[in-house]
Amino acid sequence: MSYKLLKDVVDDAEKNKLDFWQVILNESCRESNMTEEESFKQMTEMYVAMKEADRCYDADVRSASGMAGGDGALLEKFRLQHNRLIGDFLAKVMEKAVKMGESNACMKRIVAAPTAGSCGVIPAVLITYEETKKVSQDNIIRALYVAGGIGEAIAESADISGAKGGCQAEIGSASAMAAGALAYLEGGDNEAIIHAAALALKNMLGLTCDPVGGLVEVPCIKRNVSGAVNAIVSSSMALAGIRSRIDPDEVIDSMRRIGSLIPECLKETSKEGLALTQSAAGIIGQLR
Amino acid sequence: MQLFDIIGPVMVGPSSSHTAGAVKIGYVAHKLLAEPMTEADIYLHGSFLATGKGHGTDKAIVAGLLGMQPDDIRIPDSLSIAEGLNIKINFAGITLKDANPNSVLLKLTGSSGRKLEIVGESLGGSIINIAAIDGLSANFSGDHPTLIVHNLDQPGHVAEVTSMLSHKSVNIASMQLYRENRGGNAVMILECDQEIPDKAIEWLKGLEGVEKVTYYSLV
Repeated sequence: MSYKLLKDVVDDAEKNKLDFWQVILNESCRESNMTEEESFKQMTEMYVAMKEADRCYDADVRSASGMAGGDGALLEKFRLQHNRLIGDFLAKVMEKAVKMGESNACMKRIVAAPTAGSCGVIPAVLITYEETKKVSQDNIIRALYVAGGIGEAIAESADISGAKGGCQAEIGSASAMAAGALAYLEGGDNEAIIHAAALALKNMLGLTCDPVGGLVEVPCIKRNVSGAVNAIVSSSMALAGIRSRIDPDEVIDSMRRIGSLIPECLKETSKEGLALTQSAAGIIGQLR
Repeated sequence: MQLFDIIGPVMVGPSSSHTAGAVKIGYVAHKLLAEPMTEADIYLHGSFLATGKGHGTDKAIVAGLLGMQPDDIRIPDSLSIAEGLNIKINFAGITLKDANPNSVLLKLTGSSGRKLEIVGESLGGSIINIAAIDGLSANFSGDHPTLIVHNLDQPGHVAEVTSMLSHKSVNIASMQLYRENRGGNAVMILECDQEIPDKAIEWLKGLEGVEKVTYYSLV
C-alpha cells in the first residue's frame, strides 16, 4: 500500500470525498492492476470462505496434539442457555471466534486475516454482525476493506507476525482491524474508525507469543475470543465519542517498538512463558 | 504487503509457514518434476522437524507433491491418498547447512526415472523460497513462471536462453547464475513475467551443452 499511515488514508478520503473503504479499494486496484469489480469480487470470495469455514465447524474433531477442539460446542451450548450474564451478540461472537481457531488447529480451511493464528477475530465479529443486524453482505464486504486498510497500515509501519512482533502483532492487529470495521458498520466517521482501531490495539500492546509446543493452539485459540470482544468494546468506546489520547499512527509505531523489545524467547520460539510451564511439559510429553 | 495478503489467503490451517508454505514447497517441486511421482524422500530440518507433526507439515508437503494447493481441503488426507496411488513416501530428519529454520530437502523420483532434488524454505506468511535445486544454489519464490536450465559452464548458453525469451516476447523479472566450478556444472534461473511456450522449452532441451531444463508454470 502506498499509504504508510492511517492519517494518510483519512486525509485522502476527506480530500476526495470518499469513504474510508473506497480509498482502500482504489489503492488495492491501483496496486494489483485489478478493476473495482474484480477486487470487490475477490473480497466477497474471502468473506464467503469465512462463512463457509464457520459453517463447517466440526465439534468432534481434535487437533493432532489433542489440545484443540470441542470448546466451540461448549460455547454454543452456553449461548443457548437463558441465564447468562452476556448478551446474544457477545455470546455468538465468542462462539464463532473459538470455532474458527479450533478449525484452523484441526487443519480445516480458513481465511488468514491477517494471519492463520488470528483467523477467528474478524469473521466472528462480521458474520455475527451480518446475522444479527440483517445488513446486506455488500455492507460487510465494505467493512472488510476498512479492516484490510487498517491491517495494511499496521504491516507497513510495524508487523503482523508473532515471530516478529509477538501476539500483539497478530491478535492485536486482527482486533484493531475488526474494531475499525465495526465502527464503520455502526455509522462511525473516519475518526471513529481509526480511533476504534487505536483503542483496540492499545489494549493488546505487549502481548507475547509463547505457544505451547510451538503450535497454533494454546493460548492462540482463546485469544481470538479476547481479540474479538476487545474489538467490540473498543469500537463502542469510539462510537461513544471517546478518542485515543495517543494518535492512532503513534499507537502502531509503539507496537513496532515494543515488538522489537520483546525478547526472542517470547516471539513464537516457545522458549518461555506458557510454553515453559509444567502443564505444557505434560501435554507435549504425551505428544511425543 | 498487499490487501489480499492481509485479508487472505484462503488456506488449510493451522500455520501459514508450517502448513500453507509447506504445501507450496511441495507444489513447486511437483510442477518442477513435471511427471507422475513414484517416490519421495522427505528430509525435515529445524522447526519443520521439531513442530512439523503438530502443524501437519508432513501432510502439507505430501499434499503439495500430489499437486494440491494450500486451500485444498484434502490436505489432511494426503498421506493416505499417496498410499492409494502407490507412491512411496519416506520421512527423515536432517540438519542442513546454513538453512532457514523451516526447511525441507526433497528427493523425488518420477515415473520415467527422472530425479529431482530441491531444498525449500518457508519464510513465513506462506512465502517460500527454493534455495537449492539438484545440489546447486537457487533462489526463487514460485510466484513467477520460472525457467531453470542446467548447462555446462561455457560461453553462449545465457545468450541462447535470453534471445529465445526475447523472441517469444517473454520479459525476465529476475535472473541468477550459479556454477560449481569453472567449466563445470552450471545453472541459470530465470523468473519471468509471462509463460514460456512448450515448444521453446523443448527447443532448449535439444541444445548442446544443456543438460536439463525444468520449467515451473503458474498454469
